[in-house]
Amino acid sequence: MIAGMTLVTFGIRYLLLPLSGHIPFPDGLQRALRFVPPAVLTAIIVPAALMPDGSALQLSHTNPYLVGAVLTALIGWLSRHLLVTIVCGMAGFAAWQWILSRWA
Amino acid sequence: MEKISQQRPVACAPDRPPGAGATRNAEFWAGARDTLPLIIGAIPFGIIFGTLAGGAGLSAAATMGMSLFVFAGSAQFIAVGLVGAGTAWPMIVLTTLVVNFRHLLYTATLLPHLRRLPRRWQVVLAFGLTDETFVVAAGHWADADPGEHKQWYQLGSMAFMYTNWNLCTLVGLLAGRVLQHIGGWGLDFAMVAAFIGMVIPYLTDKPAYATVLVSGACAVTFHGLPYQLGLIIAALVGMAAGVIVERRLRAGH
Repeated sequence: MIAGMTLVTFGIRYLLLPLSGHIPFPDGLQRALRFVPPAVLTAIIVPAALMPDGSALQLSHTNPYLVGAVLTALIGWLSRHLLVTIVCGMAGFAAWQWILSRWA
Repeated sequence: MEKISQQRPVACAPDRPPGAGATRNAEFWAGARDTLPLIIGAIPFGIIFGTLAGGAGLSAAATMGMSLFVFAGSAQFIAVGLVGAGTAWPMIVLTTLVVNFRHLLYTATLLPHLRRLPRRWQVVLAFGLTDETFVVAAGHWADADPGEHKQWYQLGSMAFMYTNWNLCTLVGLLAGRVLQHIGGWGLDFAMVAAFIGMVIPYLTDKPAYATVLVSGACAVTFHGLPYQLGLIIAALVGMAAGVIVERRLRAGH
């Protein structure tokens, strides 16, 4: 199982490199790839924040993942500092979870 | 090492910051340093993986083997879940393939830079092309400075991620019993926080906003699809939205 997982993971990450000399790389595609990081990261973040149990949308202040994500985005927007964003975002999430456990 | 670099004059200061003429050493450590914030997000993730794997019935050797050889966080998590559910191994390998499919986009993005490197560099850097290292390295490759050793920057980032990931897996394994309920502490939010921090620098123009909005909406809409297919669809549709908005803006001016 692990050998198979290793093979497919490395295969996907490596595949295009030896082929790169043989496939055309049009300009339009090149421009589209600029959007890869925000597109992939957002597609991971948004469901994790809005549907933490993996099925239903939880658009409520009782969903600490949503509150934490909004808070982290705000801090990130204002601070423009990655480390500050992550640490304060995690702290905010933990604090909100604690508040909910006490009063909700 | 590489012939090109041996021909260069040895005028570089040993620890110049990255930029034009940065040394291999400087690039390597700059890559590691720039990955540090993301390491903080990955630490709980790795520890939780170590604790969960034991609980799902994976042996200690198999758990470490996964972190050492597969080195793909989200795929490893899903594999552990499937092992716990008694899924047959070919199905787990297939799921890994689909979950990691986004990495094909990563290699495609870095292709103009990586294609010039020797084969062994390509093999090593491809092995370590995680979400985090990709985002950090993509930013550095895109910088205009003509650094000649930028591959060392990516190597520094991946080496740091790799060491940390395996140490955290080990800690999770060893502390398994004590930390059994760690999943309930919400430390899994660390990854969300790290990824949000990684997206924000990209929000510089309208096409980027379109990408993020459309990708996020599609990810929620298609979340019910199996094997995280929704993630791939959302990413591709989001990228298309970015390209379309960019074209419109260009046509308008």
